[in-house]
Amino acid sequence: MVAVAAARQPPRVFQHKKSLIFAGVVLAWLALWLVFRNAWTLSLGAADLTPLHRWINEVNDAVGASRNSNPLFLYFFNEIRLVIDEFVTFIQALIAQPSFGRPVPVIGWLGVVAIAGFVSLVVAGWRIALLAVAGFVFLGLQGLWQESMDTLSLTLAAVVISLLVGIPLGIWAGLSDRANRILTPVLDFMQTMPTFVYLAPLTLFFLIGPASATIATLIYAAPPAIRITAHAIRSVPRNTVEASESLGATRSQTLVKVLLPSARKTIVLGVNQTIMAALAMVTIAALIDAPGLGKTVVKALQTLDVGTAFNAGLAIVVLAIVLDRVTTAAASERRTLPRWALFGGLGVTGVCVYLSYTYLWAAEFQSDVEIGTAIRKGATAVTEWAQDSLPVITDGFKDFVTFALINPLQALLAESPWFLVALVIVALSFMIGGVRPAIVSAVCVGLLIATGLWQDSMITLASTLVATIMVMVLGVVVGVWMGRSTRADRFIRPVLDAAQVMPAFVYLVPFLALFSASRFTAIIAAVVFAAPVAIKIIADGIRAVSPATVEASTALGSSSWQTIVKVQLPMARGALTLAANQGLIYVLSMVVVGGLVGAGALGYDVVAGFSQGQLYGKGLAAGVAIVVLGVMLDRLTQAAAKRWTN
Amino acid sequence: MARHNVLGAVLVGALALAGCGGAKVGDTSSGATGDCGTFNLAINPWVGYEANAAVLAYVAEKELKCKVTKKELKEEVAWQGFGTGEVDAVVENWGHDDLRKKYIDEQKTAVSAGSTGVKGQIGWYVPPWLAKEHPDILDWNNLNKYADKFKTSESGDKGQLLDGDPSFVTNDEALVKNLNLNYKVVYGGSETALIQAFRQAEKDKKWVLGYFYSPQWLLNEVKLEKVKLPAYTPGCDADAEKIACDYPDYDLDKLVSKKFADANGPAFQLVKNFKWTNEDQNTVAKYIAEDKMKPEDAAKKWADANADKVKAWLPKA
Repeated sequence: MVAVAAARQPPRVFQHKKSLIFAGVVLAWLALWLVFRNAWTLSLGAADLTPLHRWINEVNDAVGASRNSNPLFLYFFNEIRLVIDEFVTFIQALIAQPSFGRPVPVIGWLGVVAIAGFVSLVVAGWRIALLAVAGFVFLGLQGLWQESMDTLSLTLAAVVISLLVGIPLGIWAGLSDRANRILTPVLDFMQTMPTFVYLAPLTLFFLIGPASATIATLIYAAPPAIRITAHAIRSVPRNTVEASESLGATRSQTLVKVLLPSARKTIVLGVNQTIMAALAMVTIAALIDAPGLGKTVVKALQTLDVGTAFNAGLAIVVLAIVLDRVTTAAASERRTLPRWALFGGLGVTGVCVYLSYTYLWAAEFQSDVEIGTAIRKGATAVTEWAQDSLPVITDGFKDFVTFALINPLQALLAESPWFLVALVIVALSFMIGGVRPAIVSAVCVGLLIATGLWQDSMITLASTLVATIMVMVLGVVVGVWMGRSTRADRFIRPVLDAAQVMPAFVYLVPFLALFSASRFTAIIAAVVFAAPVAIKIIADGIRAVSPATVEASTALGSSSWQTIVKVQLPMARGALTLAANQGLIYVLSMVVVGGLVGAGALGYDVVAGFSQGQLYGKGLAAGVAIVVLGVMLDRLTQAAAKRWTN
Repeated sequence: MARHNVLGAVLVGALALAGCGGAKVGDTSSGATGDCGTFNLAINPWVGYEANAAVLAYVAEKELKCKVTKKELKEEVAWQGFGTGEVDAVVENWGHDDLRKKYIDEQKTAVSAGSTGVKGQIGWYVPPWLAKEHPDILDWNNLNKYADKFKTSESGDKGQLLDGDPSFVTNDEALVKNLNLNYKVVYGGSETALIQAFRQAEKDKKWVLGYFYSPQWLLNEVKLEKVKLPAYTPGCDADAEKIACDYPDYDLDKLVSKKFADANGPAFQLVKNFKWTNEDQNTVAKYIAEDKMKPEDAAKKWADANADKVKAWLPKA
């Protein structure tokens, strides 16, 4: 068994030599760091600006000042805004807001619950339909019906528009290599550029209101739809396509009759990811007056009311889990309902919708068994207990990690001369991936210097690396456990889902009590958000290792530990590298949230840029620096993965 | 299969029956709107602001029959809204000289609507227990003596000065440098971070020195003490890099969009006349933050108890 794993490794001598060079580079770095410490670090004070930052400010002001005369605004942005505003307002009128001169929306809670149940029944089966009905009723019991429906309206609008734009683009990128090459960096940019950077300009272009909130959401939510569609088209086996072409099918026939049907399941997964991404934006969009649950969370935090914020956060989690399970089930298999169930369901739904249109009791959720108060009180009590009794332990842990890991790494990266760090980064990229990654890294390093935020970038990089290490440790431990035990998987997975969609703002308050305002708090927040992705990927990777191999290893007398270390982990290498890559990207997407709890550096620059006019340019530059860091780390981990898995 | 059908029929029947008993939509109609029209009120994200806005909105709706649309926005975005016509009024503004210059002087989309009567103060604060045990800490001259006590994992070998919400102007880095203090400014990054730090400091007797401001609802709960910095004199903050004096007192004021002011409707009159005191605001803020009342209920409670003050704000017919 050991032989199987060993056979894939590169020859010993080669690896040995490589690690020697690697150690040499690091040692040389350390030595030079000792000599040149704190010289040429390109540091920039919190209130200081570079000419670039001032220039961006001026451009921003000029755009704002010309808003009412510029034809681009009058005939382009205004038209887009009108269409999107109308669309969102229409959905809100249907299910969320009083409309058409009525004190309630057109379809009341009973109708919405029935529709949700019926649609789930058709696409996902009985069990999921029950889950959907229970989930939606739960929202009402939480006392958050209208807020939830506002959030659902905005999410639906953003998702529909994302798909309308995203699926055609995805198909195009799937068919054409050139399109793919152009789109990929754009999508990287859309996904890693912190929302705070474009939130204020969006309200300038599309005014304050549903349109801006929807567009902010879809900038972040559309990329998964595009990427996954492209991937799905590309994954259709070549010979299927060739067979179709050899039968004389035109390009569009091949697309409609062959490519799209075979890619259907994967595309539905793209829809799923788009929905999740849209829900992740709920709280941030609330900062520009997006209606719904996000507002409740933001408002509650002004008075540090964790209970209320948690209750609203939980509603977002419930919505996410229902929508996730429905779309996942829809992707996994095609169902046909018996005719009687279809018509019966349609009939019941129709009656419910009619009732909810006509009668108050079915329109407005008024329940005697309200559970929102209990949830609020429970969450508050738990938070208070944790804040009172845990800081003794957590404070020490924070100090330990800070002094043992964060400070040394940060000192090395941020207090070395910039050219030394730049040289090390390029050299390591070359050793890891060869010439191309080295060139990419060199360009990225140049861009970081150009933003004027080199030192802040290095501080953020240090925290990002520490967070990613923690994510991978958690990912391997929990992922292996879940991969080996179906029961563990069943219990942990919902927790992971919740951790991914629960707005970070909710748990930041207790975290601040446990770890103070510090870089470590920011790191922990990032780990909570990024670890679930890594854990899920690793768990799936471990499960994919063929049971026969694992049995063989056990039969040969290996202990569980040996089986994990010598067989399962090495064979799940692909999953491990993917987890590291995704972990990094997710950690980077939390940099700005980290800026709110003491991370300083790039995260703080972005937050401050959103809050203060004269820092806008610097905030934008910091946003670009985050994107550049993301691209560099992504390409580097991908190159490493290629080397390691081949 | 048949059983399901029966079940369905029963369910539908039950629902229909239940429906017959209920009140119908449209049985009760909502209140009418007067000649005031729509009043777009920005809500900036802090409780003191919310208190101002809640009372104004309550009076505008109840007395003037306006349709008030509250828009929850950060300051930057709210000011931007003056130009796009999406925001009529901002009703508590802390200085923001850069925004004044941009929107009042350059773009001419905003105009001042006078003071709110509330005085704002920015400065360095310590928790009450610390001020009691070491009263001399309230003088900046003694801060270096205690620098060691304020060390944290973030401040290295210096004391930590915790800065917070990036929305407010801070001169703290310059102050630390020019007053030769052995402190490092650590950016907490949000008001939440500051409040949590001070709360915990008072509860667990921890050493925290931080940037804070009044009026703020937390001060009702934890009576933070202000550290005396070299007194403010007009012009002492002219050169940002050489600042070595305290923050000025802010006269918190109101701003409205030019269009709104020119139209001179009843809602504008109300905003212009609105003026109260720190004490009034603290009362309403306490209702909202500590008693967890809804803003509109808090506003009603205050307005009912202060009918004479409210009356003075109403437009003279």
